[in-house]
Amino acid sequence: MTRWIFTVLVLVALMLLAMVRLFKGPTSADRVVALDAINTLVVAAMIVLAVVFRQFIFVDVAIIYALLAFVGTLYIAKYLGGEL
Amino acid sequence: MILDALIWISLAVGLAFNALGVVGILRFPDVYTRLHADTKCTTFGSIFTSVAIVLYAGGQYFRDPEGQYETLALHTVLAVVVLAFTNATSAHAIARAAHKRGHKPAQAVCDRLEETVP
Amino acid sequence: MLSFIVTALFSGAVYLVLTAGSGPVLRFWSVQELLVAAAVAVAVGFVAHQYFASARRRAAANPLRWLQAVAYVLGPFFAEMAKANFDVAYRVITGRIRPGIVRVRTGMKTDMGTLLMANSITLTPGTLTVNVDEESNDLYIHMINVPAGLENRETVEVRELFALFDCPRWVRRIAE
Repeated sequence: MTRWIFTVLVLVALMLLAMVRLFKGPTSADRVVALDAINTLVVAAMIVLAVVFRQFIFVDVAIIYALLAFVGTLYIAKYLGGEL
Repeated sequence: MILDALIWISLAVGLAFNALGVVGILRFPDVYTRLHADTKCTTFGSIFTSVAIVLYAGGQYFRDPEGQYETLALHTVLAVVVLAFTNATSAHAIARAAHKRGHKPAQAVCDRLEETVP
Repeated sequence: MLSFIVTALFSGAVYLVLTAGSGPVLRFWSVQELLVAAAVAVAVGFVAHQYFASARRRAAANPLRWLQAVAYVLGPFFAEMAKANFDVAYRVITGRIRPGIVRVRTGMKTDMGTLLMANSITLTPGTLTVNVDEESNDLYIHMINVPAGLENRETVEVRELFALFDCPRWVRRIAE
């Protein structure tokens, strides 16, 4: 059990580290890259949390989160590319 | 016992690659190289943390077949497939948008795309 | 009609994967979930068949190709991905990079083949697809480490990017 909690804690620490790039920029494209990395880490952490809390429905939430984050990233990318 | 060791190894590999991906985002000089670190390393790392979950679910399934562990394993596999596919596509979208915005690749030795844009 | 069947089967399969473990039928499913799966399959097939599967490309409905796709992802693709990750890890630690954008000729004739090739390239060998030339299906690729001499060439063959396996041939077999 502790190993899963440890994994989640490391993943959260990595998210905070990626947030440095999210706030520092310097361009908005860099921020999207950092956001994308954080989304991936959140999905991984959600899957591990499903085991920690023994609530396997969390994995479904992770799938939907990944798909919605993908749509969000695509829209931000389209906006940055000047196509929206 | 062996299963436990495999789970530990997968977790360690996954976390190491996730960490390398995040460090790459902080260290690399421009958008494109950061995208390299982001897409490759965090996807690979997340695959390995999920492999640890699938191994754990497989082990628990034989101990307790009523515990819904097959649900956990199947859904995790589906999440990994979704993650790998969407990550590659969104990296492509970000790179294209960045190039359209006029971000030059830093320290580049050549840029064939730049020559085609009028 | 074929596109309807393919779409219905695919959506039904995804629904069954998501609901596995609900009851005793065939060890995994309950009767209600099987009925709902059939209803969902018919409904989704009816609504989405024109977007999901185009009637012109019958070859894509071949189940053998899907099996090949699974084999490709688990075998050559995963090996190349592992190698690419160690490569990127090395460059993250040492900071030794030589980036550049090169033009790669894929030789793919269909959109599906180009998509699969572009995604394979993004996740594999130190490369990242930036743009697609719509007419020739050529890809513009950002490489994190351009091999010496490559920056002077107009186009690069896609085969040269993969070191371990002939991934383009796999993609062509799956998608064309």
